[in-house]
Amino acid sequence: MRRVAIIGAGMTEFGELWDQSFRDMGIRAGFEALNDANLTSEQIDALYVGNMSAGRFIEQEHVAALIADYAGFAKNNTPSTRVEAGGASGALAIREAFMSVASGLHDIVVVGGAEKMTDISDEEVNAIQSSAADQEWETIFGATYPSLFALMAARHMHEYGTTREMLSAVAAKNHKHGSMNPKAQFRREIKPEDVSKSPMISSPLRMLDCAPISDGAAAVVMCPLDMAKKFTDRPVEILTTAMASDSLALNQRRSITEMAATKIAAKKAYNRTGLKPSDIDLAEVHDNFTITEIMAVEDLGFAPKGSGGKFTLEGKTTVGGEIPVNTSGGLKARGDPIGATGVAQIIEIVQQLRGDAGKRQVPDAKIGLTHNVGGTGSTVIIHILGVPQ
Amino acid sequence: MDVGIVSYGAYVPRYRIAPAEIGRIWGLDGAGLGRGLMVEAKSVPSPDEDVATISVEAARYALRRCRVSPQKIGAIYVGSESHPYTVKPTGTIVAEAIEATPALTVADYEFACKAGTAAIQTCMGLVKSGMIEYGLAIGSDTSQGAPGDPLEFTASAGGAAFLIGSKEIIARIDHTVSYTTDTPDFWRREGQVYPSHGGRFTGEPAYFKHIISCSKMLFERTGTKPTDFKYAVFHQPNGKFPLRVAKQLGFSDEQVKTGLLTPKIGNTYSGAVPLGLSAILDEAKPGDRIFVVSYGSGAGSDGFDITVTDAIEQYERSAAPTVKEILSNFKLLDYGTYAKFRGKILLGGE
Repeated sequence: MRRVAIIGAGMTEFGELWDQSFRDMGIRAGFEALNDANLTSEQIDALYVGNMSAGRFIEQEHVAALIADYAGFAKNNTPSTRVEAGGASGALAIREAFMSVASGLHDIVVVGGAEKMTDISDEEVNAIQSSAADQEWETIFGATYPSLFALMAARHMHEYGTTREMLSAVAAKNHKHGSMNPKAQFRREIKPEDVSKSPMISSPLRMLDCAPISDGAAAVVMCPLDMAKKFTDRPVEILTTAMASDSLALNQRRSITEMAATKIAAKKAYNRTGLKPSDIDLAEVHDNFTITEIMAVEDLGFAPKGSGGKFTLEGKTTVGGEIPVNTSGGLKARGDPIGATGVAQIIEIVQQLRGDAGKRQVPDAKIGLTHNVGGTGSTVIIHILGVPQ
Repeated sequence: MDVGIVSYGAYVPRYRIAPAEIGRIWGLDGAGLGRGLMVEAKSVPSPDEDVATISVEAARYALRRCRVSPQKIGAIYVGSESHPYTVKPTGTIVAEAIEATPALTVADYEFACKAGTAAIQTCMGLVKSGMIEYGLAIGSDTSQGAPGDPLEFTASAGGAAFLIGSKEIIARIDHTVSYTTDTPDFWRREGQVYPSHGGRFTGEPAYFKHIISCSKMLFERTGTKPTDFKYAVFHQPNGKFPLRVAKQLGFSDEQVKTGLLTPKIGNTYSGAVPLGLSAILDEAKPGDRIFVVSYGSGAGSDGFDITVTDAIEQYERSAAPTVKEILSNFKLLDYGTYAKFRGKILLGGE
């Protein structure tokens, strides 16, 4: 396998982008990434797009061809592939692109992730998001995405003594980080008490435990590491990609206070790179709900099982702490345009490893990890990135 | 020629319902929603009240305060999005009720929540051109919110009437500007009982964009800044938006509070800015300058730079009740009575 590097990155601001369509966002992110890598569309061998549900959000399928067309690739007849894995669609696109470059099939590949979620009502968005859960075993009985994660949170509180205060600490910390990210949807700090007092969505999860509905697009450019120096002085290497799946429905899992797919994918990623959790300088983890981040820091091995909440409350995941988590603001504050999220996580690590993260910069960051989840943990994709040695 | 407000009158139905009571029925945290929207209660019209009766009440109060003969009124425009008839004017009912017929022109206006201020602008133009001596501009609504919809917590009823002329004006309108685009944030199609809306799209790209753009146009046109005004009144779909837009523009809460009625009565749609302006005129003194910007979905904003004149000293303000007096007489309803009053209960055969 060839070593693979990221040589360019670009993204739109995340948020309610009322004046940008799906294609506008795709173009903006794509051009920013190409400019960052000093490339033109003629040099691109392939395009991968992560997108969960453009068909339902904007009634547009076949979005890989659409983005290729509007990014100026159509005239080159560039192969363009759209992939979907619920909330992990963005990371899946990264993984597919990585494999195509590592295998030698393609040299220069663009990966985009995009979702336009605000053209329809909140109720419709909720229904579409929930369709990443099991439609026959869960949602047909009235389960929604928040209610399934609420079950996990309630059980985690019961088994490990995780508290309201700990959940609130996750959201407050991610808003603090988001306040330092110019592309974040929420660039304002909130107090843990604000989270604890926000309206109940599905007990015990409250409104400020949940990631928002967002529009946004993100893109990166990859090539073999040995070619990277031609395009940039600061390539960031993708050290490994690891993926695991699990049952679609929550009721089939042995435990709902962990994501087995996270543990398995993490084990693969650590084994392949020879790294330990303590070697990771920072991580972008999936925090669609505060409980998801608490489980992630445990399942990724940063904190012992059951202590993720306490770990967060003690400030260990804040910039300046032991292992800064979601320095971008995470899904909670940066925003969660589903297909774009996994790509935006990669971009945050790239910026941090390049030393470009401004006020939220983690000093001497050399190795970063991303963790992207589809459904309630039915798909987990982990990438570890590093400054090439 | 100076043009302005010769007289005004306001009317708000006396029934109220609280957000907590609406939330109780729909399994929602109504009290919390009310706190978030800064709405303690919304006004509810009784079964015998509609836009025609509210407009007549307001028009009669306006005429009671001045000595203008209704026969001198050359135009009546009623702005509303809840005219009782789809085809047949509300304005003719008002004209007959106040004995202004038959030598006048009448038309009904609709521009979501800003039809009342559009009516003021039309009357200003007709007076200034010399086509009419006096014009009566009314903004009035019994707005609709689908049961359980977020709109139901605020959609209320009320209205105000302004007699526009060039003689004995109590408040001179020195400038008016409008900012209009096609922005579909809120609509009700022919035959629909309740309006549809774009959720959060009604905020930034709609309400805030239009009010801020219109306000900036008005500042530019008049060479003024927020501190030049004693009062400011903005469209108020809830209590939160007008305070936020005022802050963004540089107005203080103090400047806005007199004209901010939504916390007590909800969103009276076409009646909202006219009622807020009426509350300000209830207490304004000669020389006070008032900054007014309405907002109507669809979308547009009308801005006015108004200065209270010395004539307000002799004006018989006390001949009709003030907004404060009108609002002090209220009765809270339970949801059942409210549903009956608003025709939300379908009877057999309907």
